[in-house]
Amino acid sequence: MKCEIEQIGGSLVVKLGGEIDQHCAEEIRGDIDRELDIKKSSSLIIDLGDVEFMDSSGLGLIMGRYKKMAGRGGTIMLARPKPNVDRLLEMSGIKKLIGRNKTKE
Amino acid sequence: MRNYMKLEIPSKSVNEAFARAAVGAFAAQTDLDINELADIKTSVSEAVTNSIIHGYRDAEGVVYIECEIKAGKNCVVSVTVRDEGTGIANVERAMEPLFTTAPDEERSGMGFTVMQSFMDTLDVVSEKGKGTTVKMSKYIHSREGGGEII
Ligand SMILES: Nc1ncnc2c1ncn2[C@@H]1O[C@H](COP(=O)(O)OP(=O)(O)O)[C@@H](O)[C@H]1O
Ligand SMILES: [Mg+2]
Repeated sequence: MKCEIEQIGGSLVVKLGGEIDQHCAEEIRGDIDRELDIKKSSSLIIDLGDVEFMDSSGLGLIMGRYKKMAGRGGTIMLARPKPNVDRLLEMSGIKKLIGRNKTKE
Repeated sequence: MRNYMKLEIPSKSVNEAFARAAVGAFAAQTDLDINELADIKTSVSEAVTNSIIHGYRDAEGVVYIECEIKAGKNCVVSVTVRDEGTGIANVERAMEPLFTTAPDEERSGMGFTVMQSFMDTLDVVSEKGKGTTVKMSKYIHSREGGGEII
């Protein structure tokens, strides 16, 4: 699992990689939430480009961050999911909920 | 031809990655494509994770995983994940999309829905206090020229 976090302008950009499951979801959640609270970011961009595997624990992680951002009037964006991850996002209806960018500016 | 494997792991979350990789590697002897492989691995991850975090919530236990392959024209990969944990009081309700008994842990409630949509059959047998058995299978559609080395 990889989780690199960088604040760019008002956005917190989180680059995830490797395999996202229940075993590592809590650590990722902690890392992201800590930075969000420090940086007070108005938008969260989750770059899924290097994620090779994700199960519904990843959906829980994304839904949780969506609620957190929505609660403070911010936005969340998902970028570059690989086909297998994209099918999971599609199936869950999460994409309709939050909208998505295929390419990150 | 029929082939099978059995696997036993303690309910440690670090074993989730191993379990899905092991089943994936075993299933790879069929003619399956990368999407079918991803579907099986994701579904195994869901079932094993459920046994670990819901089934054996309070104590460590053993998760039993079996994978069976029926090769040939009507190729099927079946996976059974079983635990002797808490069991599910109402299976029908548990299988509804978004239903979870652990929302504070940010569970999405989508595990059974994932298994249902990524596999071709899903069968859940559970008894409160006794444990849960999840049996699922996927039909592998053989492709033109599949299995040939060119
Ligand atoms: N092996 C199991 N043992 C006990 N309860 C389970 C098991 N699998 C699933 N459940 C119950 O079914 C619910 C729904 O499971 P699932 O769809 O995977 O969602 P989630 O895991 O996100 O809660 C769980 O919240 C739990 O209450
Ligand atoms: Mg689950």
